[in-house]
Amino acid sequence: MEILDIFASAGLWAAVLRIATPLIFGTLGALLCERSGVLNLGIEGIMTFGAMAGWLAVYNGADLWMGLLVAALCGALFGLLHAALTVTLGLSQHVTGLGITLFASSLSYFLFRLIVPIKGTPPTIVPFQPIDIPGLSDLPFVGPALFTQTAPTYLAIALAVVLGYVLFFTPLGLAVRMTGENPHAAEAQGVNPITVRYGAIMAGSALMGVGGAFLTLSAFNSFFPTMIQGRGWVCIALVVFSSWRPSRALLGALLFALFDAYQLRLQTAVGKAVPYQLFLMVPYIMSIVALVVMARRARVPQALMQAYRRGER
Amino acid sequence: MRFERRAHRPLALVIASPVIAIVAALAISGALIALAGAPVLQAYYQIAVGSFGSKLAFTETLTRATPLIFTGLAAAVAFRAQVWNIGAEGQFYIGAIAVAAFGAQATAGLPAALAIPLLMLIGAIAGMIVLLLPLGLRLKFGVDEVVTTLLLNFVAVLFVSMLIEGPLKDPLAFGWPQSVPVADNAILPKLIERSRLHIGLAVAIAIAVVVHVVQARTVFGMQSKAAGLNPRAAKFAGVPLASTLIKVACLSGGLAGLAGAVEVMGVKGYVTTDLSPGFGYSGIIVAMLANLHPIGVIAAALFTAAMFVGADGMSRAIGIPSYIADVTVALSLLTMLVALFFTQYRIVK
Repeated sequence: MEILDIFASAGLWAAVLRIATPLIFGTLGALLCERSGVLNLGIEGIMTFGAMAGWLAVYNGADLWMGLLVAALCGALFGLLHAALTVTLGLSQHVTGLGITLFASSLSYFLFRLIVPIKGTPPTIVPFQPIDIPGLSDLPFVGPALFTQTAPTYLAIALAVVLGYVLFFTPLGLAVRMTGENPHAAEAQGVNPITVRYGAIMAGSALMGVGGAFLTLSAFNSFFPTMIQGRGWVCIALVVFSSWRPSRALLGALLFALFDAYQLRLQTAVGKAVPYQLFLMVPYIMSIVALVVMARRARVPQALMQAYRRGER
Repeated sequence: MRFERRAHRPLALVIASPVIAIVAALAISGALIALAGAPVLQAYYQIAVGSFGSKLAFTETLTRATPLIFTGLAAAVAFRAQVWNIGAEGQFYIGAIAVAAFGAQATAGLPAALAIPLLMLIGAIAGMIVLLLPLGLRLKFGVDEVVTTLLLNFVAVLFVSMLIEGPLKDPLAFGWPQSVPVADNAILPKLIERSRLHIGLAVAIAIAVVVHVVQARTVFGMQSKAAGLNPRAAKFAGVPLASTLIKVACLSGGLAGLAGAVEVMGVKGYVTTDLSPGFGYSGIIVAMLANLHPIGVIAAALFTAAMFVGADGMSRAIGIPSYIADVTVALSLLTMLVALFFTQYRIVK
């Protein structure tokens, strides 16, 4: 059965990890913001900007890791803007986030067009290359399936573990979670909710920027407008799916990527009998289904989307 | 330094806030233009000339403003009731494709005076359906409609793409993916000869007035406002929350669907997947700039359209990417939020 044979190809599993990487970064970033009580709908634009800024840095001679760092810093700056508007001023997190997305994405297109004039073929860079892990990469099937990724992919997986540890086993993580559940109680415990939220949003947004940059620095080698294709919104859905837990976020992103990688291959297997658009819809519909399934079960951080102002209830 | 809530919002400040917001956005964009090494004032002058400088430019701006009035109203009525419809882009496309589906043959035999309103209604109903789905998920399962409406935008465009490469493909389009054109009786009459400006603008303005009256003078208008300000209090006061939100969603989705319908019947005549340069998303900005006021939406749509139309000419003249219009408009949303904040709060030492 051809449709099941797809699962037996190492290429599928390699693609799963590759597709999952930006989603892992983005989901962890959004999760961190929301754990502190702030929804960050700027994610789609921040990922776009990260993709552009990281690529542009490398195009202008920076090292690939420097490109990721630039993307992270740009992400953190947009996070700072989001924090200033939603934490200090306490503005609507929905509308501010959308505003940041529109601003960050249009600014990326503007800067990209300004610096890179229109040419026949878009300019490219040399992206991250797969790392050869002695011993593991040479294993039959498992080697090509799991151990032929680029460095940022392993970084993303490690990050999920680190973030899980920090959130649930360190005082810092406790402060973040407490701020997301009840900022008044956090304040009474000597935690400054404002500082915590600024930190969480900036760090989370930095991760979103890196997630975007993975696309231009590893998955592809050039930048083009609308390349994020709703991945940010998918991440927001994955956060709900994960019940705000990094380990489940990792699982969710991988599961999602599995469906995505599978539908891509199914598309070629089935051929023209089924319109390809139906396959492309699957990831978005999957996200909606995941939201519906988890909506009632998920334990939302209690102070999510509530502005915190001292002396106001 | 901290913020203190004002006892009441000064009306002058509320009215001035869009102007302040736009000036601030233009100033920040100006810094970007200067950074790009171009003359700032000349760039803005070119934008003004390109959008208002001639009869042709002005009609083009008005043509561009028409769908923005509809999508701006769609966002305004929804946000007022705290229904976060970010899916106007998808509703626009579904409204458009519905018109193409019915307007090519099904209504071709009707007189124009019948076919046009009928097709507008079809587009509106199509848009409604697209929004009722996520609203239903919110009411039934508690799913945040922001994310679902955003995700549905992508589904909607793919659906349209599927139709215009499949059953609704125009066989005479030399293989280009575009829908069959609507019949001649579905083409909106022009407002001004030899321009693209069509009666859709008049319809949009009339509907803005109607929406304003409905919101200001009817029980539904009051209930939708109450549902937005404090849903629990509204419910306690006897507002039927679910049915109010469903009505709001019908209105909002309908307006966005109508935007797509009017764009097809007024400008293009057929549907492609680039029919909308983000009208749905820009509508959110238009609504916020108008402070969710239906009449204000007309002015805000005009500003937004002028930026987009003017920036194309400016880009050709000065060589600054026309994306600067998107940047300015997006910035004006953020500055408007800040301006509105200061109508409610003051800084105290």
